[in-house]
Amino acid sequence: MTTFIQQLINGLSVGSIYALIALGYTMVYGIIKLINFAHGDVFMAGAFVAYFSYTGLHLGFFGSLVVSMAACAVLGVVIERFAYRPLRKSTRIAALITAIGVSLFLENAGIITVGAQARGYPNMLPDTAFNLGGVTVSTKQIGIIALTVVMMVILQYIVHRTKIGKAMRAVAYDPEAAQLMGIDVDRTISFTFAIGSALAAAAGVVYGAYYSAIDPLMGIMPGLKAFIAAVLGGIGIIPGAMVGGLVLGLIETLVQSLGFSLWRDAVAFALLILILLIKPEGLFGKHAREKV
Amino acid sequence: MLNVRDLNVYYGVIHALKNISLTVGPGEIVTLIGANGAGKTTLLRTISGLITPRSGDVQFEGRSVIKTPAKEIVRLGISQVPEGRRVFATMSVEENLEMGAYLRKDKAGVQKDLEMVYSRFPRLQERRKQLAGTLSGGEQQMLAIGRALMARPRLLLLDEPSMGLAPILVQEIFQIIGEINRAGTTILLVEQNAHMALSVANRAYVLETGQIKLSGSSAELAQSEEVKKAYLGG
Repeated sequence: MTTFIQQLINGLSVGSIYALIALGYTMVYGIIKLINFAHGDVFMAGAFVAYFSYTGLHLGFFGSLVVSMAACAVLGVVIERFAYRPLRKSTRIAALITAIGVSLFLENAGIITVGAQARGYPNMLPDTAFNLGGVTVSTKQIGIIALTVVMMVILQYIVHRTKIGKAMRAVAYDPEAAQLMGIDVDRTISFTFAIGSALAAAAGVVYGAYYSAIDPLMGIMPGLKAFIAAVLGGIGIIPGAMVGGLVLGLIETLVQSLGFSLWRDAVAFALLILILLIKPEGLFGKHAREKV
Repeated sequence: MLNVRDLNVYYGVIHALKNISLTVGPGEIVTLIGANGAGKTTLLRTISGLITPRSGDVQFEGRSVIKTPAKEIVRLGISQVPEGRRVFATMSVEENLEMGAYLRKDKAGVQKDLEMVYSRFPRLQERRKQLAGTLSGGEQQMLAIGRALMARPRLLLLDEPSMGLAPILVQEIFQIIGEINRAGTTILLVEQNAHMALSVANRAYVLETGQIKLSGSSAELAQSEEVKKAYLGG
């Protein structure tokens, strides 16, 4: 039982990171039907901005987190404005290929500016482990899970209670009808990229703090995993991304704890294939029905 | 109030609207009847700024609006109830209505209009927290109309409000259209149901393959042999 709870906590920590990244994937897909493959690299950029804010500018954990989220929000908006918006009316495959191009661009820009070698991440979060009846919990893990919960609550608030959040949902459902309401579709899409990218940045900071090392290619694997999480929950569905991320984290941790560490990534991708075969609309997805 | 002059619209090589001219005066209900594919929806979409015409002009209250993007047209006072209702199915009834008032800053006025819409459509009030996608077709049509009213339009464009509705509901919707007009909103109504449309409108235009074939008062057109034969089933 203690082992189980131990793995549950480990799984939730990893899953939190996936969930934060998956939210950006799913929000962008929801609104412009694009799998933004550069999203994992925004996550990487977030980790680096916080790294330099912390070590260079001595802003502390929360200061670095805020700076990183703000910087990535701007990065996300710039990417959308210059790479995706000109292709809004092109085929989806053109936009998808562009997204892969942006991803490669960010990775290589990262290698040029900060070097390819991994860096040790500063200990931003206090790291004391304590023992609760045989279960070891670190303050880092609690911090990660708490931060994720706070982010999700804020996101839910924005999406369901604010005017811009409601506009996001309206544009996601029917951009043309949204225009007829006077909603500025371009601005709403920009806002979606800003929010999604800020969440990816937060995930990047948390990832650095958890795994203690970052490098310019660090976004590739978590980016793909978060994509799986988003599909698992139902791409385009916000609660789906949250649950998908946590479930994927738990499954991976389970596989590891059973002694099949080397199979961890394979299991994640097998899960993607399975979900696409059996329930392609995801756990939270519904078949669209029309009423007359 | 609305003045459409020599309008030509193309979809690629297809000439969808050919030299269309029509007017809608303040306080009127004007209807545009015609078969499927005649260009009725295209005309409304052009007025709303979703389509840019090749030539001709659309003037609203004396100013040309053909270069005005859709999101600005609403601000000028034109709201459209699109064909097929297009309510935001994943949002609640009340959120749909809030979206209708998206550009408005006067919170008190919006609240007042929300109450006005609820009193006009009591069923929407009963279902205000329900997702719009779970409403029946008639309720969705009411929501689409209510949503457009939330922008407080001076000109309301209605595209096929009777589509897919049971006869009893069609009657109800047309009664409401009359009420909205009497409360001071000018209406341009596109309909396939010529009988209902002519019964509520002051004047009418008949659109056929992108051209205006006939126009006149509703009473005149309802008596016209041509209209009777082609649109009134006899």
